[in-house]
Amino acid sequence: MPAVPADLLPVAAEIWLALVGMALLMFGAFRGHRATRLIAGLAVGAFIVAAVLIIGPASRATLALGGLFVVDTFAVFMKTLVLIGAALTLIMSLGYIRREDMERFEFPVLVLFATLGMMMMVSANDLMALYIGLELQSLSLYVIAAFRRDSLRSTEAGLKYFVLGALASGMLLYGCSLVYGFTGTTRFAALAALFAAPGAEPATGVVVGLVFIAAGLAFKVSAVPFHMWTPDVYEGAPTPVTAFFSVAPKIAAVALLLRVMMQPFGGLEAQWQQIVVFISVASMLLGAFAALVQTNIKRLMAYSSIGHIGYALLGLAAGTEAGVRGVLIYMAIYLAMNVGAFGCILAMRRQDRMVEDIDDLAGLSRTHPLMALALGIFMFAMAGIPPLAGFFAKLYVFLAVIEAKLYVLAVIGVLSSVVAAYYYLRIVKIMYFDEAADPFDRPIGRELSLVLAGTGVFTLFFFVYPRPLLSVAQTAAAALFP
Amino acid sequence: MIVAALAFYLFAGVTVGSAVMVIAARNPVHSVLFLILAFINSAGLFVLLGAEFLAMILVVVYVGAVAVLFLFVVMMLDINITALREGFLQYLPTGGMIGLVLFVELVLVVGGWSLEPELAAPKATPTPALTELSNTEALGGVIYTDYVYLFQGAGLVLLVAMIGVIVLTLRVRVGVRKQRIGRQVARRREDAVELKKVASGDGA
Repeated sequence: MPAVPADLLPVAAEIWLALVGMALLMFGAFRGHRATRLIAGLAVGAFIVAAVLIIGPASRATLALGGLFVVDTFAVFMKTLVLIGAALTLIMSLGYIRREDMERFEFPVLVLFATLGMMMMVSANDLMALYIGLELQSLSLYVIAAFRRDSLRSTEAGLKYFVLGALASGMLLYGCSLVYGFTGTTRFAALAALFAAPGAEPATGVVVGLVFIAAGLAFKVSAVPFHMWTPDVYEGAPTPVTAFFSVAPKIAAVALLLRVMMQPFGGLEAQWQQIVVFISVASMLLGAFAALVQTNIKRLMAYSSIGHIGYALLGLAAGTEAGVRGVLIYMAIYLAMNVGAFGCILAMRRQDRMVEDIDDLAGLSRTHPLMALALGIFMFAMAGIPPLAGFFAKLYVFLAVIEAKLYVLAVIGVLSSVVAAYYYLRIVKIMYFDEAADPFDRPIGRELSLVLAGTGVFTLFFFVYPRPLLSVAQTAAAALFP
Repeated sequence: MIVAALAFYLFAGVTVGSAVMVIAARNPVHSVLFLILAFINSAGLFVLLGAEFLAMILVVVYVGAVAVLFLFVVMMLDINITALREGFLQYLPTGGMIGLVLFVELVLVVGGWSLEPELAAPKATPTPALTELSNTEALGGVIYTDYVYLFQGAGLVLLVAMIGVIVLTLRVRVGVRKQRIGRQVARRREDAVELKKVASGDGA
């Protein structure tokens, strides 16, 4: 057996996923759509193997593939979160795709390729590598948003996402070309060295390019004012796809935003800080106020995720190591809360049809006490009520912001989270105090119950033993500050 | 030198002329054909500039794929060209005004255009001079070595695009008569044609 070139070892997980993706595609093409469940299971297995390949050898930062690809503790942390998110949503979707006539083998394959794109984004060490990873991820997501092609809402969601996403990619690419034109390099390390040079005033073109790149990335994390697509796409896309959208791509895009702002453009912090502060404040406020009037729970979750991105970006606005650590912890806890909440939404079925109105949850505590308890935990956590995990997520971000002396930002954050608490707690009130509506279908399925139990326990008991996550996030954040 | 100048005026003249014909031709199929002519002549201009790779790509991608796609669309869609032209005079003043403004702006931009000295020499990675290495060689030297990751990544993006198109449009219909090439080829004369002797007068 020929020895594997050492240069390829850091990329092992990505190569593995690409090969498995193509193999599963062939397998599906020959076996037909009956094999969807099997392929989804194999894809989850591939995610687990990929996670082992990532976590196993990781210790210090290594460059691979001619410096286009970087593996450091930050990348390992974010990739692990992405893989967990993708695997959990794929597991949750098994029941849905069987019931809702979505049983086509391309679905797990596309999820797998999207995940591969996200891992390429997280590890990008060059503007071109960034773009390729982003496009691989986005293109797969456009397709799975429109996956129920006979449903008008799903196709509308896919088309809307595609048109706006293509525009955002164009902006990002334009920004990259400006940066390249004014500096002559696309390498992150070279850019960082260029901007870190003392007394070097960045050219206007570089700053314009930076703004365009920030706008493109803000679209991908659905931060205000580039959030317009989010509610429509979340509502229209099939529910498991929405669950996937709300975790894995968000985490990958936040990772990309952190790396791009901290590493290549770290020397331009004075330029980008005001942009990040603005989108963060605007996202928090819009996430809090626009969600108040929603009646559809998927739209509500869309605004909620916009708000959460706002809080996470607070940590980036601080621009310190503690801030980045806060963002990492926030994304990990956000993953658990959001997957759990979407698990409950996936269980909202009545007479074999999905229902999506918040009022359909009325009296859930009497008909499904355990599910009501789980959803209640996730809602309290999202509102940030101690001692649930969501409180600590916000705590570390706010601590970093206060350390960075951005007091106004912290005050706005706390106030908007008070407003946001209203609509989270309203769901709890509807579940526990309103007249009981017709019960949902039982059973909700073994996979779903397992995911709900796992994320629920994590969210509820995170405070008992938070040390592992905190220390891993600490080392991961330190990787961005050499 | 004179040959190069003549070639430039030939290519430039044909490009502008065929570009005008793209919007002036009555038949949309002719428009697309003129578009192809414009592309090929622009490729000639690129060759004169020493950008031979760009010229080849222009021919391969734009003429070979995009223009042919346009041609298909134009031929398959039932476009009523007279209806499209009805409002022409009505829109002429507004369109003309916008065109004029754009033209004046372009003249101003080009008139005031100068390259910043810091742009002339890119800071981080200098590119080799054209006399040392042709564009195609320079690209070929890096695309499968330094940038193989991006090359393979782009390949994956295209694969996903292909899967996406199939997922969103391919429908399995029942009761459709499909061509089965194997059966067509395996068919013999004896299976297909049967000769019957009919006595004269029995045909009725």
